[in-house]
Amino acid sequence: MELIRLTPLDLALAALLVLALALLSLKLSLGIGQRLLIAALRTVVQLSLLGLVLKFLFVQSHPMLIAALALFMLVVAGYEVMARQQRRFIGAWGMGVGTLSMFISSFTVTLIALTVIVQAEPWYSVQYTIPLLGMLLGNTMSGIAIALDNLTQSAWQQQREIEGRLMLGHTWEEAIRMIRRNALRSGLIPIINAMAAAGVVSLPGMMTGQILAGSPPFEAAKYQILIMLLIAAGTGFGASAAVWIGSRRLFDERERLRLDRLSPAKPE
Amino acid sequence: MANLVLKQFATPLLDPFNLELAPGECVTISGPSGSGKSRLLRAIADLDPHDGEAWCGDTAQHSITAPAWRRRVGLLPAESAWWSDRVSDHFPKLDGEILERLDLPAETGDWQVNRLSSGERQRLALLRLLSNQPDVLLLDEPTANLDKANIDRAESIIAQWRKAHQTAVLWVTHDPEQQHRVGSSSLVIENRQLVKSWS
Repeated sequence: MELIRLTPLDLALAALLVLALALLSLKLSLGIGQRLLIAALRTVVQLSLLGLVLKFLFVQSHPMLIAALALFMLVVAGYEVMARQQRRFIGAWGMGVGTLSMFISSFTVTLIALTVIVQAEPWYSVQYTIPLLGMLLGNTMSGIAIALDNLTQSAWQQQREIEGRLMLGHTWEEAIRMIRRNALRSGLIPIINAMAAAGVVSLPGMMTGQILAGSPPFEAAKYQILIMLLIAAGTGFGASAAVWIGSRRLFDERERLRLDRLSPAKPE
Repeated sequence: MANLVLKQFATPLLDPFNLELAPGECVTISGPSGSGKSRLLRAIADLDPHDGEAWCGDTAQHSITAPAWRRRVGLLPAESAWWSDRVSDHFPKLDGEILERLDLPAETGDWQVNRLSSGERQRLALLRLLSNQPDVLLLDEPTANLDKANIDRAESIIAQWRKAHQTAVLWVTHDPEQQHRVGSSSLVIENRQLVKSWS
C-alpha cells in the first residue's frame, strides 16, 4: 500500500470546517469561537513544527538533541498540568508536583518500552522515542491534571472533615485517605474507559494513523495495545506520585492542614 | 491528670503571653468576634502555626508527634465534623452503656449522622473526643448551637468528666452566665492581649 500524500489544499478544506464551526459559535454567541480558532491554529503550527523538527532529527540523530526535545515536551506538559488546576500549589510546587510525577512515570515507562520491549537500534532512535514519549506524556498529563485538581479541590471543600479528624489525633494520612483515593480514581477513570471502549466504540488515534499510513492492520493493532498498556501504567504511576506528593504538601511537619499553600481558586 | 502551661505563646492575632491551668481547673475566654479566640485554641491544639511552647504536664508540645499531642489536648469545635455516614464509623468502639448515660439509645451507633439533632450530634462529638481520654479540653463555643436543655446536658457532662478525671478545661464562650456557671476564672482578649476578666 502506498501512502497518499496530503496537499496544503486538503488541509485547508478541513480547516474550512473548523471555520464554519467558529461562525456557528459566533451566531449562537457560544463565546467559544475565539478559543476554538486559537486552539486550531496552535495545532497547525505546533504539529507542523514538530514534523519539521522530527524530519531534522531523523537525519541528525544526536542523542543530546533527542534528550533536549524530550525535556522540552516534559516542561510544556508540566505547565499544562499547572494551568488546568483550579487551586494550584504556590511557588515552585505549582509546576513541580505535576512535572516531577510525569518525569517519574512517563520517562521510566518510555525507557522500559524502548530498551526492553521495542529494542530499536539504537534504543534512543527518534522514530520510536519521540512518538512513544509524546503519547505517554499527553495521556499521563490528563490523568495527573485531573487527579491533582480533584485532590486540592476536595481538600479545600472538606477542610472541616479533615481538621475534625486531626483534632481527634488522627494522622495526616488517615485524615486525607478517602480524598486521596477518590482523586486517584478520578485520574484513572479516563484511561480505564478508553481501554474498555478501544476497538469496539472508538478506533484509537495512533492505530488509525498507522493504518492510514499503510501499515498492516494487525501490526497497527499490536502497537496500539502496547501503547494503551503503557499509557495505563504511566497514568497510574504518574497520578499516584502526584497525589502522594500533593497530599504530603497539603500538610506540614506538624501534620497541620496547610490550605494556605494553595492559591485562591481561578475565577470561572 | 496534667496541667496546661503556655510560655511566650503567640498567634498571628495575639501577642506573647503566659498561662497556666491547674488539673481540674476550668477557665473561660471571651472577646469580640475576630479577636482570635478560635485561632488560639487551634494553635494550642497545634492545628495552626504559632510561636512559643505549650506543655501538657511534663510533655512539651514539640517533643511528641502532633497526633499524640492532639489526643492529650483535645479540641471540640462549635460545629463537629462527620466524615462517614454511620455514627459508629467515627468511634473506635461504641458501647450502649456509655450512650445511655448520655441519654442516647443504645442503637445510636447504627444511625445515620444526618438524622441526628444538633444536641445529639454535639453530645456524640463530646463522647468521641472524651474517648481519647484527653488531659486538657479546649472547647470552642461548644453549646453555641444548642437549646437550653441541651446546654445543661452538655455542661453537666463536661463538669462530671472534669471532676472525675481532673481535666484542665479552656472554654471559649460569649455568654456571661455560662462563664460563671462553668468557670472558676475568666479571660478576655483585648487589643491583641489576653487579660484577666475576673476570678
